[in-house]
Amino acid sequence: MSVATQTMKKFVNVPEDVVKESLAGLAAAHADLLRVDFENQIVVRKDAPVAGKVGLISGGGSGHEPMHGGFVGRGMLDAACPGEIFTSPVPDQMLAATKAVDGGAGVLHIVKNYTGDVMNFKLAAELADDDGIKVESVLTNDDVAVEDSLWTAGRRGVGVTVILEKIAGAKAEAGGSLAEVSAVATRVNDRGRSFGVALTSCVTPAAGSPTFEIGADEMEFGVGIHGEPGRRREKLKPVSEIVVEMTEAIVSDLAPASGAKLLAFVNGLGGTPLIELYLVYNELAKQLADRGLTASRNLVGNYITSLEMAGVSITLVELDDELTALWDAPVHTPALRWGT
Amino acid sequence: MDAATLRGWLEGSAVSLHEQRDYLTQLDAAIGDADHGTNMDRGFASVVAKLEALDGSTPPGKVMVLAGSTLVSTVGGASGPLWGTALRRFGRSMGDGDTFDGAELALAFEAALDGVVELGAAQLGDKTMVDALEPAVRALRERVDGGASPEQAVSAAREAAESGMQATVPLQASKGRASYLGERSIGHQDPGATSTVFILRALEQAIAERP
Repeated sequence: MSVATQTMKKFVNVPEDVVKESLAGLAAAHADLLRVDFENQIVVRKDAPVAGKVGLISGGGSGHEPMHGGFVGRGMLDAACPGEIFTSPVPDQMLAATKAVDGGAGVLHIVKNYTGDVMNFKLAAELADDDGIKVESVLTNDDVAVEDSLWTAGRRGVGVTVILEKIAGAKAEAGGSLAEVSAVATRVNDRGRSFGVALTSCVTPAAGSPTFEIGADEMEFGVGIHGEPGRRREKLKPVSEIVVEMTEAIVSDLAPASGAKLLAFVNGLGGTPLIELYLVYNELAKQLADRGLTASRNLVGNYITSLEMAGVSITLVELDDELTALWDAPVHTPALRWGT
Repeated sequence: MDAATLRGWLEGSAVSLHEQRDYLTQLDAAIGDADHGTNMDRGFASVVAKLEALDGSTPPGKVMVLAGSTLVSTVGGASGPLWGTALRRFGRSMGDGDTFDGAELALAFEAALDGVVELGAAQLGDKTMVDALEPAVRALRERVDGGASPEQAVSAAREAAESGMQATVPLQASKGRASYLGERSIGHQDPGATSTVFILRALEQAIAERP
């Protein structure tokens, strides 16, 4: 039996204005950290460009808040380019952001591996190059639910993006060169893997109805962050069994060194309460211990979401001393803050 | 055929994509992320707004380059760069002439297809807009070379695009967001191939209705 798994009620004025009005709220709430350039639809760190510092920009469709606008600030992103809901931003936004944050040391574009994001950032990088700005791009593609083959667009960029933006941001803040920041970012992506599961669909404001129907006793296994269906649909199981499967999928693909120290990131997709996320973390900690792995750092909460989707993703990143120190470094953004 | 023919085409596309917005979004919801209709509607509405501000003597090539640039700047997603590149290449292929014939139209479409394939790296059978556009461009070329009128050639192109669109239903996607679904993408019509058909139908109408 298919049931309506969620309400279609939303706190909106008109669907077309959701992104702009949300950005206005972000600007009003965090005027000490950032400003919003409404003409170009970009979120920019208040003191950008920081002279001599590598600029970090990212962007993607909206609907994943706090990513990316909520990560703009000291020690993380210099600018974010929000597109329409689940739609990649356009090259004009990325070019404006690149110019706004270029402090003379070059700009790193952090791009999640989706066809649209990749194409638009590619066009933007070419335009920035025409303007004489040095740009490097790093791609996140950590979702092990997607078979990486000739027959797909490659793995999706999901949870690792958050970790990468924090760590690369710290490297840039510490004075790293564009090549060094880019290398650290690439290492985080190479050593990170994710897997997501959803219990309900999300509802885009424009569509007003769930992107997919799902039964009361079902879950989507291997979902992304855009309401696109997962790899397969299964009967709902106890969280302990779900986390075993998720951990197994990630660890077998990541193949961490024996006794490795990991950053364990349990992320809510927007509609799952924190109490359940801690149940997931509890099961994950047990699973890691069983495998002789240590979660030396963790992050639990809603950081890369899919509107109001009930669901969870797990991301594991294998840390080394430098990545750990960069994770611990001070950060001050709307969504992540410590050490300041 | 002249700039007015192409402006009629772009305006007709905008009307059709607006009418079909919810249908395209529903197709996208099944195998993608439910934004194709809204994105194409927003982009072509912006194109029409740009055309209104344009001097009536602007040559056909310039009209299409402007339309393409507008799509790149307003659509986002994958459709923005792909259709934007297609129309820009189409326009550049036309040069500065004030009119064009069937052969020039075929050349422009071939340039557009090359641009899409280059940027998207998709091939026939990947369950993308290429599955509609490539057969259409081939049919157009064959008919034009065979001496058909522009009306006949474009009708054949539209028919070929429709067959290509229907042929996407049993395919498993291997490009774009639908590819994440693996076998679950089978049994659904590709939204990008579908909007391509609407755009070709608008061209057929614009050419038939030209003075």
